[in-house]
Order: sequence, then C-alpha cells, then structure tokens
Amino acid sequence: MAEEGQEHPISTYLWVWLLLFVLSAFSYAVDYVGFQGFTRWSLVLLFMFLKAYFICAVFMHMVWERMALVLALFIPTFSIIVFIGIMGFESDYTQLSRKVFFDTGKPAKVYAVPHSKSHSKDHSDEEDH
Amino acid sequence: MTTTSKVPLKDGIEGFVSDWSSDQRAFKGVPWGKAMMWIFLLSDTFIFSIFLISYMTARWSTVEPWPNTSEVFALTVNGVSVPLLLIAIMTFILITSSGTMAMAVRSGYQKKRRQAAALLYLTAVLGLSFVGMQAFEWSKLIEEGIRPWDNPFGARQFGSIFFMVTGFHGFHVSVGVIFLFLIARKVQRGDYDTGRRGFFTWQKGRYEIIETMGLYWHFVDLVWVFIFAFFYLW
Repeated sequence: MAEEGQEHPISTYLWVWLLLFVLSAFSYAVDYVGFQGFTRWSLVLLFMFLKAYFICAVFMHMVWERMALVLALFIPTFSIIVFIGIMGFESDYTQLSRKVFFDTGKPAKVYAVPHSKSHSKDHSDEEDH
Repeated sequence: MTTTSKVPLKDGIEGFVSDWSSDQRAFKGVPWGKAMMWIFLLSDTFIFSIFLISYMTARWSTVEPWPNTSEVFALTVNGVSVPLLLIAIMTFILITSSGTMAMAVRSGYQKKRRQAAALLYLTAVLGLSFVGMQAFEWSKLIEEGIRPWDNPFGARQFGSIFFMVTGFHGFHVSVGVIFLFLIARKVQRGDYDTGRRGFFTWQKGRYEIIETMGLYWHFVDLVWVFIFAFFYLW
C-alpha cells in the first residue's frame, strides 16, 4: 500500500447511502404507523443498529481497517453495556423508593396535550401554577 | 511516514496480536492524525453514552408520565399534524451530508481538487441547514413552554434531557461545519498540492485530512442515529 488512505468504488458509497435513506424511512414509518410496545422498540432498535453498522463499516471504513484498530475501538465501546445494566437496576430501585415513600395518593397532575390550542385553559383550574 | 515493513503484515486475530506487540506503532497503515481522531471519537462515544444513559435513568425512574415525543415534535402542515416531520427532515439532511462527505474523501484521494472542495462545501451547507432547523425547533419548543426545569406535557426531566442531548449534538455539528468550511477552503486553494502551511499549526497538510474530517462528520451522523431512535422514537 503506497498511499495510506482508503479508496473505494463510488458505487459502494452510493448503495450504502441509498440503504441508509431506506432504513431511515423505515424507522420514521415505525412512528408514523404508530406501532407500540414490543413491535415498536424492537423495530426501532433493529433499524438503529443496522444504520449504525453501515455508517461505521462503510462510511468510516471500519471493514477495511486492521483488526488492531477495530478492537481498540470496539472493546471499550461494548463495555458501555455494563454501565447501561448498572443504571438500569439503579433506576428501577429509585422508582420503587419514590413510589413507596413519596406517593401521596393524590391523582396525578393533568398534563397538556401538545399543539392543542386550549392547553392554557386546561391549566387554569389547577392550583399548583 | 509510510509503512515500509519488510515482513508482510498478518491478518485477523494473529495480525492484531502482532500489531499490538510490535515496536513503534500499533496501528499499521493508519496515519497518526486518523488514529488520534479515532481515539477522540472513542472518548466522545463515552460522553454521548453517558448522556443517553442518564436519559434512560431519568425516564425509567420518574413516576410521572413521559411526554409523547410523537406529539411534542409534530409539525402542522396545511392543518394536518404530521408526527416528527422536522426531525425526519433533519435525519435525511444529515444522512445526505454524510454521503457527500464520503464522496469528498474519495475525490480528495483522487486529487480532484475542485470536486472535493465542492462536495465539502455542500456537506458544510447541509450541516448548516441542520443546525438552522434545530434552532427553529428549539425556539418553537421554548415558545410552547418547555424549559430545562419544567414543561407542560409530562415529566420535568424531559426538558433538561432534551436541551442537553440535542444541544451537545448541535454543538458538535456546528464545530464540524466550521472545520468543513476551513478544509474546503484549503482544498479549493490547492493547499494540499502546493504544500502551503496552515495558519495555526504551520504544518503542511495532506489529502488524508479530508478522511479524518470525514470520520468526525460520520460520527456526528452516527450519534444522531442513536438520539433519533432513543429520544424521538422511543
């Protein structure tokens, strides 16, 4: 390799570009169609990871790099999963103690609906404003 | 600067072990500027992960309902409310700019000076329009009463997380736009052909700078993929 740079056929970039457009359209469609629950977050995660993979692999040239660089970057990144796990447990515990010790038994505050013109009216009969 | 190894480099895991245990440089075939950019991006990955993890913690621990992002970020077009319209447009703009950036890297290595400069300018302008749309979104939400400490639509943490995460990402895009304009100007002027020295570092630049710049720009796009999924779609 005389030059140290990365050079690849233009068609590779254009195909990945197109693919990213399609995947973005799909993930937007998940919200537009209005999927909820398991279907929603599994599809959101699927399209997210696919997009992330193609950006990393092709645009950032990861598939063409040597193993030494790839592992130097990905081993630390995957350690984040441990952190996510720890904070997941922590937030469950925090919510539990909020419910046990701070639940006043009063009905929840009424929230405004975004973009409904009358949301200032909805608040007029609440005393906590 | 170039790797002049007499022994052919090994591939795969074997190559990884021999690279890491070798003298002088572990990242063979990677210019130092690019390796440093990767190290910076790794640290940036941690910063954005911490933001997104704190968002997860806030959202999972709150006893109040989380605002419906699909409605909060809806845009009314001709009297019809379209969910997340602006965010979708911003996503497509950022992906488009990533594509033009990838092509600029290619043109740079082929020493097509004008083409590379034009693509870099295009990338910068797309990035600028992304920041502009984000400013529009922020002002719209502030008008509707969303603040870092409270909002009318649900859990209080929503505002602080929103401004922190999108603000930090927008800052990254803005810095990227500034550097894209700088590098585009250098490419256009032919600095990397004539060996003209930079105004700040007083070093001669090479076309591989476009690839290093590209890594940063694709990373900004990559972070947006995660923000779009976790913050807007979840």
